[in-house]
Amino acid sequence: MATTPTPVLPKLVGARIKRREDPRLIQGRATYVDDLKIAGMHHLAFKRSDIAHGRITSIDVSAAKDMEGVEAVFTGTQLVDLIPPMPVGTPYRTPEHRALATDTVRYAGEPVAVVVARDRYLARDAADAIVVTYDPLPAVVDPELAMTGKPALVHEGFPNNLLLDSIPGGTGAAGGSVDDSAIDKAFAAAEVVISQRMVNHRLAPNAMETRGVVAHFEAGKGTMTIWSSTQNPHVLRSIIAAMFGMGQDQVRAVAPEVGGGFGAKINVYGEELVAAALSRKLELPLKWIEDRSEAFVATIHGRDVIGYVDLAAKRDGTVLGLKLRLIADVGAYNMLFTAMIPTLTMLMANATYDIPAIRVRLSEVFTNKTPTDAYRGAGRPEATYFVERAMDLLARELGMEPADVRRKNFIKPGQFPYQTQMGAVYDSGDYEKALDHALKVANWEQMKRERDAARAEGRVVGIGLAMYVEVCGLGPSFLLPTGGWEHAQVTVERDGRISATTGASPHGQGNETTFAQMLADQFGVPIEHITIHHGDTAVAKQGIGTFGSRSQAVGGAAIHLAGGKVKTKMARFAAALLEAHEDDIVFENGLVSVAGAPASGKSFAEVASYAYVPVPLPQGLEPGLSEEAFFEPANATYPFGCHISMLEIDRDTGEPKLLKLVAVDDAGHLVNPLIVEGQIHGGLAQGIGQAMIEEVVYNEDGQLVTGSFMDYAMPRASDFPMFELNNTVTPTPVNPLGAKGVGEAGTLGSTPCIVSAAVDALSPFGVKHIDMMLRPEKLWRVIQGGQA
Amino acid sequence: MTQVSITVNGRTRKAQVEPRMLLVHFLREHLLLTGTHVGCDTSQCGACTVLIDGRSAKSCTMFAVQAEGCEVTTIEGLAKDGQLHPLQVGFWEEHGLQCGYCTPGMIMSAVNLLQDNPKPSEQQIREGISGNFCRCTGYQHIVNAIQHAAGKG
Repeated sequence: MATTPTPVLPKLVGARIKRREDPRLIQGRATYVDDLKIAGMHHLAFKRSDIAHGRITSIDVSAAKDMEGVEAVFTGTQLVDLIPPMPVGTPYRTPEHRALATDTVRYAGEPVAVVVARDRYLARDAADAIVVTYDPLPAVVDPELAMTGKPALVHEGFPNNLLLDSIPGGTGAAGGSVDDSAIDKAFAAAEVVISQRMVNHRLAPNAMETRGVVAHFEAGKGTMTIWSSTQNPHVLRSIIAAMFGMGQDQVRAVAPEVGGGFGAKINVYGEELVAAALSRKLELPLKWIEDRSEAFVATIHGRDVIGYVDLAAKRDGTVLGLKLRLIADVGAYNMLFTAMIPTLTMLMANATYDIPAIRVRLSEVFTNKTPTDAYRGAGRPEATYFVERAMDLLARELGMEPADVRRKNFIKPGQFPYQTQMGAVYDSGDYEKALDHALKVANWEQMKRERDAARAEGRVVGIGLAMYVEVCGLGPSFLLPTGGWEHAQVTVERDGRISATTGASPHGQGNETTFAQMLADQFGVPIEHITIHHGDTAVAKQGIGTFGSRSQAVGGAAIHLAGGKVKTKMARFAAALLEAHEDDIVFENGLVSVAGAPASGKSFAEVASYAYVPVPLPQGLEPGLSEEAFFEPANATYPFGCHISMLEIDRDTGEPKLLKLVAVDDAGHLVNPLIVEGQIHGGLAQGIGQAMIEEVVYNEDGQLVTGSFMDYAMPRASDFPMFELNNTVTPTPVNPLGAKGVGEAGTLGSTPCIVSAAVDALSPFGVKHIDMMLRPEKLWRVIQGGQA
Repeated sequence: MTQVSITVNGRTRKAQVEPRMLLVHFLREHLLLTGTHVGCDTSQCGACTVLIDGRSAKSCTMFAVQAEGCEVTTIEGLAKDGQLHPLQVGFWEEHGLQCGYCTPGMIMSAVNLLQDNPKPSEQQIREGISGNFCRCTGYQHIVNAIQHAAGKG
């Protein structure tokens, strides 16, 4: 019996509550991989190729080996028997890729040897003492030239350097065979055709914590524990086990505190395999922490797709057809999801529009560069950029408002679920609502007046608008070789506190807070009584991971389902205690009671305690309160929105400045709007960074010339105005939360809306299109009357 | 090896170090103060920012021996008597962090900023922390966090 009045607990789902992760992080008390120490731990350092392409003619490790404190040195050929080829998560024919190069190096930075030494400084000294000689080969740098087989082949057996050769997609794809006649008819009927080559350039993900790994093989037990700065410890566990002939029960992978990922920490990298293999061989705990300079060459890059876009339309703005020729420069090797990422660009070619005919051709091309793979947005920002820029070009050609040409072609709310020409099934949407809301929030008409007034003063000012839709909440399982579900286990402990595990291993997303918010509401208990565990395969027994904006939509749904199972069971125990029917039991304000009779209730802890010492045991019940759930979504989710920007270009220097950015996003129901805002801000910063300052640049020899923070422009606080955020809410039917996912949204609308603003600003100079990034020199030349 | 004596978070620490050992590695590896992070190797990112004699400095940019006789404050030394520093409170209240990796350095830079300018404008905050990179937040909530702390100062 409750003897004192119970405080009423606030509903937490939908509330802007501060994060439960933060106390450790703001006090320097969190534990990242580099903070780990194990007795006897040695350190790895890698010797990397300093040329882009060449045959290894000799490796002299003698000086390194002779150093006091160096335990061992291995070259690529010495590890061939110890480490199988690198894992690939896509089904396409793929060239062999070894953790360390054996006979040929294919990008500057490819590892060729590894040192094991007593301390980190010594390991680096020894790696520097290794002397490698090469017989240089021509560097393959330009992907369009590479497709003709020139100037060399990156991999023997892959003619014209093609990983994937002209994969077709488009109208009819959903039925299995592409219908090319539809697109030909559309272009034959066109009153206006827009044709533009566009480049969505290469970026470096640059999580602030570089990659790192600690591997500890315990010979006595025959078990491997691997700590890694990864987004998906369960995937790492499965791959390590499979590669080294161990059982999944014998490998434990731990993602401790992870300092950002952005897609780049999905992969399982060669350094992780080397650490694991050598820990087992040498029976030593081994640590490797990536330097930033290494990260620029050794961690995957993102984007790097050329798009040839042709849009057929009527003069009233109705789009009749879209042709998209995609050439993806994937770098030197096919990593875990390398080949899949550009297929997501194909998948999203419909964008937010009811385009009746589409044809996409995708080629993926090897070059002598760092491999590409998932980077925040992963294929969807590229699609958004190509289609949205084309829509803007069409609007400009027809003298229409950019909003009007989009409005004319939107998929309408009544058309959902909407099967696209590409075979995707959009779950739900109301694009016109998002557009109208954004125009209103941004005050588009006022922006036009401000732009015109600025122009009248001689300033170079423009405004831009872009819609986006993305595919998020990945799975279902047919979409991912890992499986597309997520797992959770919820336990009401015998003291009435709640432990929950999730396989959605976070690295800044705040799952410890949002999942606890959900459980607090579900069980009617204070959030302080709940702990969310994650990131350790020995604790969260199953999982896929955090990527593709899936942790809330899939991981959160699994938490909800597991919580529901426990609650059902707990209600049966309560029904026995209260001599009531289980259907009449309610959970609120820390009490479990009969509906309408809170005074009759038992405390939550009392019912929990009974479940663990069940005397008498209610008929048909097992003791305890712990249930798990695998949530398999019926479909991916398709969040959408509209971004609007205003930009000024300095007439004298060409330097662009972002004056305003408005983002209206629709991610369905939100659990914690404060955290959602943070996610959108971060995505916007990366999108704006791509549009305005970030670019990975290689020279003609395949040398990375943006290989440090001194050369690669990372966005700083002073690069941004205050972003203006707003949202619409269109729930998804594919999960019980109605949540769509939001982690990548900011990277989608921002790039085309900023480039369109720059084009608008430069339109008085006759410019119709300009590629990212908006380098001041390029803009200055346009203003001076030269070519972009 | 060289003898150093450095006062860290109020406690004098003596050690034998290689002359080339960076201050950040001395803090992390010798003193196990792992709240100070390393985010780059060119002194750009600011994750390693600490206070040296009360002024913010990038601890990857100097050798431990250069801090001989200095007073160093790291993120672990910022809260006093179990009370969070107003900037720590601000970062928590305003969601000024996500992955948390840049956060210690960002907070230490902000300490210096607010010492010099207790009521900075938004633009002064943005410029004041432009030596610190954050890849997660887009900086907006960090600006809010520093404003929150400035309001309490």
